[in-house]
Amino acid sequence: MSAPLLDVRNVTMQFGGLKAVEGLSFQVQKGQLAGLIGPNGAGKTTVFNMLTGVYTPTLGEVAFESKKVSGLKPYEISSHGLTRTFQNIRLFKDLTVLENVLIANHQHVKYSWMDALLLNDSFQKEEKQITDKAKEILHIFGLSNKIDERSANLPYGEQRKLEIVRALMTEPKMILLDEPAAGMNHSETHSLMELIAKIRKEFNLTVLLIEHDMKLVMGICEQIFVLDHGVKIEEGAPEKIKSSKKVIEAYLGVDADESH
Amino acid sequence: MRAIKTPLIAALGILIVASAIGLLTNSYIQLIILFLFVNSIMGMSLNLVNGYTGQFSLGHAGFVAVGAYVTAAITTKFPVPAGLIALPYFIAVSLGAGVIAGAFGYFVGLPSLRLKGDYLAIVTLGFGEIIRVSLNNMSYFGGALGISSIPSMPEIDLGGYVISTFATSLIFAIFWSIICFFVIWRLLKSSHGRCFLSVREDEIAAEAMGINTTKAKIQAFVVSSFFAGIAGALYAHFTNYVSPASFTFLMSIDAVIMVVLGGMGSMTGVLTSAFIITVLPEILRSLKDYTGGVDLRMIIYSLALILIMILRPQGLFGDKEITTIRRKNVSSST
Amino acid sequence: MEELLQHLINGLSLGSIYALIALGYTMVYGILQMINFAHSEVYMMGAFFAYYSAKFLNLSSSPGFGSLAIVLVITMVLCSVLGLAIEKFAYRPLRKAPKLNVLITAIGVSLFLQYFAQLVFGADPKVFPNLIEDQTLFSIAGAPIKSFDVTILVVSLVSMGVLHFLVYHTKLGKAMRAVSHNASVASILGVNVSRVIAYTFIIGSSLAGIGAILVGIKYQKIEPMMGTMIGLKAFVAAVLGGIGSIAGAVTGGLILGVSEILVVVYGSSQYRDALAFLILIFILLVKPAGMFGKNRIEKV
Repeated sequence: MSAPLLDVRNVTMQFGGLKAVEGLSFQVQKGQLAGLIGPNGAGKTTVFNMLTGVYTPTLGEVAFESKKVSGLKPYEISSHGLTRTFQNIRLFKDLTVLENVLIANHQHVKYSWMDALLLNDSFQKEEKQITDKAKEILHIFGLSNKIDERSANLPYGEQRKLEIVRALMTEPKMILLDEPAAGMNHSETHSLMELIAKIRKEFNLTVLLIEHDMKLVMGICEQIFVLDHGVKIEEGAPEKIKSSKKVIEAYLGVDADESH
Repeated sequence: MRAIKTPLIAALGILIVASAIGLLTNSYIQLIILFLFVNSIMGMSLNLVNGYTGQFSLGHAGFVAVGAYVTAAITTKFPVPAGLIALPYFIAVSLGAGVIAGAFGYFVGLPSLRLKGDYLAIVTLGFGEIIRVSLNNMSYFGGALGISSIPSMPEIDLGGYVISTFATSLIFAIFWSIICFFVIWRLLKSSHGRCFLSVREDEIAAEAMGINTTKAKIQAFVVSSFFAGIAGALYAHFTNYVSPASFTFLMSIDAVIMVVLGGMGSMTGVLTSAFIITVLPEILRSLKDYTGGVDLRMIIYSLALILIMILRPQGLFGDKEITTIRRKNVSSST
Repeated sequence: MEELLQHLINGLSLGSIYALIALGYTMVYGILQMINFAHSEVYMMGAFFAYYSAKFLNLSSSPGFGSLAIVLVITMVLCSVLGLAIEKFAYRPLRKAPKLNVLITAIGVSLFLQYFAQLVFGADPKVFPNLIEDQTLFSIAGAPIKSFDVTILVVSLVSMGVLHFLVYHTKLGKAMRAVSHNASVASILGVNVSRVIAYTFIIGSSLAGIGAILVGIKYQKIEPMMGTMIGLKAFVAAVLGGIGSIAGAVTGGLILGVSEILVVVYGSSQYRDALAFLILIFILLVKPAGMFGKNRIEKV
């Protein structure tokens, strides 16, 4: 078996006296659709923040494609092909839908300042090319008719979708989705999950998602990691997770002492 | 051919208009007209940082001072060549003034732009004051007395037809205003400029999308300081005199008011408020007799700032331009 | 040696004035997370309140602690009213607005008061009335100790003592600390946040008024622009100590006061005003949280 795409090695994140994540290790293989679950406050978003460079782990390291990425700046990690969406939606609110998506392409832009000022061919050609690409991805997510709308004016569900589109525009190898279906109803959630499965194939992506809806995670993920109080308590295929006593205890709050 | 023809015709047009204004008005009005452009460049350049990139700077006067002093020092030490050649000479000098102001912007921005909000405002204010205090103490630049007899734009004799100093000054001012407008406008329509906007909107999201936000902020700051320096160069030529007292905190406030009044992130908004900022003090000047010499301007500015922030925080134009209403649905969430 | 001692005393009395004003910045920042730019103008107005109340009551003819006390009380009350008015009319409507808008408003209020004062009081400096007689009380190691400096140190120490008591030993102080720690939680727990904010402005403005009188006594000259520089320096003192921290504001004020006097005496008075900015830039770049402050982590 080849080296994992994402390799989290014994990572700890400490804020003052509080250990939000402790001694966490897990691997995601290339092409996998994995899930990170756990009760509220288990440290899932902290894990995402460490993976994407918002926080630097206190201990341990994160490797992506066998290269160490922990300690790098978020934009550097993004340029390695690891990107994300945000649980509490962080769109560029006052910009249009299209602008939101175009910005995410910036790291691939070849034309220079001069080209932009002179309005020359290489500028115009490339602008057209990236606009077409942005429209194409927006089309997949059914946002074609909204490209000129101010992004903050989109309904909630579409904002979540736009976050994914924007992340895809960075041409990632792996995408981290932080509760992509939060606030959606059952049928919206269902179609979003189909969409995620579809883009995963189409863009040759590896996906790691945080989700509260257990049923949904069990239905779509191939590999699941369960976090509780900052510690991984279980990992494996959905069947294994379903029958794990530890997981059930964590979710039902039985024996929820903190003496790990 | 078109690339040469259009500016040529434009220049000719300006020349005729300028000559007409020159004939019809006195030097007082002419100076106000010239200052309209100095203030416009100051406002547009600060708007790039405060309005489009969302980094609140209170030290713009410092960079204007750098540009003005560089221009003053060079043109008083090296004689201005006579005839048509004077024009490229002045352009080269102002370009140099802009580049040096831009370099100052880089060294000020590099450490300060790590800070956010209030702190950035205070630190840029601090740098602006330090530049002024330093100028005050440099005998090479005339200390507190400053530098006087800075040459004006030259008269140009075209075989009998003399283009007046005012006309060349106006062409010079319009030339740089158009360049400033065009550069900022074009940048914002490109990926490089969109980076600035993304920094304003959400830094953390921008970083996650692969944008080096530190670099973007510094780029915006350097371009902004460059044009502040150009404004300074124009200032030096038009007033023929610079001193540290010309570039106080209040000049930075003027620039901030232009940006806030016009709406942070609107070019035409800033141009409109530059007009107001230039003309209003002249109208109020006549009231000075009734107020015991106190300038009512600042009372009006300050009340305007407070009222705008409370009643219409997006400014007169929001982030829209006069010519276009880009967004169908506008909510005032900002 | 004598000289050094003299300078140190000078520095301490200047520093304690900075500290008094810095406390106003730091307390408002602690509660509202905003730089109250207008604070320096409350201080300036305080000087004029004191000037006119002394003149109106004809107190300069009878200098002494009685007169000082009367002027102090009147000035503190008027400054509190001004502080409350600023909070109510300029800041409260913007409680939920972006920080930048609040900052711009605060700058607006500051400019307004400066030019309003010029219009009403005139732009020329005024001579502050003698509230305390200028005399040498005693000497330490040959250095004469002046009544002005003793008054300044005593009044500042007493004010800070009262503030310390208010913040750490009263119910109001507990509420203030709770709001500063987490306003929304405090309000859920039944703390009246608006009331706490109002008291913060009252206390901060009163301290600024006290500072203004002390400056008037020591430097004997007041004018509408007097707030700008001292306000910036007091703000630097607050940042130096760690904004939001009361002990920090006092320490920062004293350090700044002493080092400024030393720069003037042993360096060049030209760079006196640049010193504060250099300290500010240095501290923000090296340890933005200041000496006593805590780093905050942005939540994502």
